[in-house]
Amino acid sequence: MRTESPSQGTSARAAGRADLDPQLLVLDEIVAAGEPWLGNVAQGQILRIVDLEGNQAVDTLFFNAQHTEERYSAVDTIRAQGNIYLTTGTVLRSSLGAAMLTIIEDTCGRHDTLGGACSAESNTVRYALEKRFMHSCRDNFLRALARHDQELSKRDLPSNINFFMNVPVTDAGGLEFADGISGPGRYVQLRAEMDVLVLISNCPQLNNPCNAYNPTPIQILIWAAG
Amino acid sequence: MTGAVGELANREARPRAPEPSPLLWQEHLTAGEHWSGILRRGTSLQLVALEAGANVAALLYNFESPLERYNMADTLKAQHTAFLTRGCVCYSDMGRVLCSVTADSCGWHDTICGLSDAAQVERRFGRTRFQEQRNAWFHNGRDSMLGELGKYGLGKRDLVANINFFSRVTVNADGALAFHDGHCRAGDFVELRFEMHTLLVLATCPHPLDPTPRYQPRPVQLRAWRSGPAPQQDACRERCSENARGLRNTEMIF
Repeated sequence: MRTESPSQGTSARAAGRADLDPQLLVLDEIVAAGEPWLGNVAQGQILRIVDLEGNQAVDTLFFNAQHTEERYSAVDTIRAQGNIYLTTGTVLRSSLGAAMLTIIEDTCGRHDTLGGACSAESNTVRYALEKRFMHSCRDNFLRALARHDQELSKRDLPSNINFFMNVPVTDAGGLEFADGISGPGRYVQLRAEMDVLVLISNCPQLNNPCNAYNPTPIQILIWAAG
Repeated sequence: MTGAVGELANREARPRAPEPSPLLWQEHLTAGEHWSGILRRGTSLQLVALEAGANVAALLYNFESPLERYNMADTLKAQHTAFLTRGCVCYSDMGRVLCSVTADSCGWHDTICGLSDAAQVERRFGRTRFQEQRNAWFHNGRDSMLGELGKYGLGKRDLVANINFFSRVTVNADGALAFHDGHCRAGDFVELRFEMHTLLVLATCPHPLDPTPRYQPRPVQLRAWRSGPAPQQDACRERCSENARGLRNTEMIF
């Protein structure tokens, strides 16, 4: 298991139901506010991401661990399920249409996949030219990929998932970043349908309500297939 | 799941696209085909649906540095919209504007539904091969795009969320998609003004959610002319302060 930040967690921190065998726990880690995380989840393993303090956007991409040219695709996921929101039962689809992971439990309610990741450059457009020099999810993604042994780069950053983020779309086609619907301890749990490489940015955005203007830590847990 | 929705009754029967003059070039884009070309800064392109029910999947890259490409999320969140129409711009992932939507007769272009693929086309319409069908075999969006991207050394890693011009898909309060059958009339047009030297990749395969029971792609006319880039007083620039900053970022490199 490859990790990008020191493991501080214990299984006692795991929020929600204690229905997974603690003997099978293979990773329990806290990702500090504004940090990246890169790791592998094998087919059949269970990944849980916990929003420890509430309203924390977790920008996430998945790659086929063996063939990283195949990766998470927001539009294939949306089209296959006929719905823009991700929640229990959603199958996360790859750019080749394959099932990558399934959301098997979701105590938040729904998650976004249209809002993308913040970057220095998009900050200049969305907020003000001087907002370029703030930490961003794309910087996190690029930093994590630069440390990885596969040759992955900005070319490998398509539209991502924003777990715990609320981006409602209206019937008239309006789109807003709204106040979060998540809360402390809410989590999303996924079963890997193939071996995946997981790339996370625990979002450092300070200019919109995606993190309630206060980025906070998250917890990542992985259980072996039961 | 997806349902077809009845469409907008009181629109004119056949919109008439303005005739750009002088034309740089024009090209007839055959139904169900793929195309790519270079549109330099200051060039405009008109796409005209020659029959009702057209769909044109589009991807855009900075021709000088294709690592910079159209970014669906940045385009939507900067302009607080889930679709494109006149006044919108298409953002790259570097905070710059690849092109502006300067005219639009149909009012909605889809950004969130992606491309058809080989498995879906075969499941819905049956298996076809060149050997029996010759050039009438059923193309699909993903393979069409990948084939065209390969001509520039691009491939699967570069296949990002695309635009579907002329298609309208709305979202209800629960997030469910609805494809609007009959949205695109014969003669509907959209005009793109290129603000950067852009590699444009197009496919005229049917929209992946189009419920038409037969495989029925539609042809499109392309017409290009020299328009110049966005002037200071411009509906796209003035749509929101975000677009003014995006065009400012773009002008920095020219």
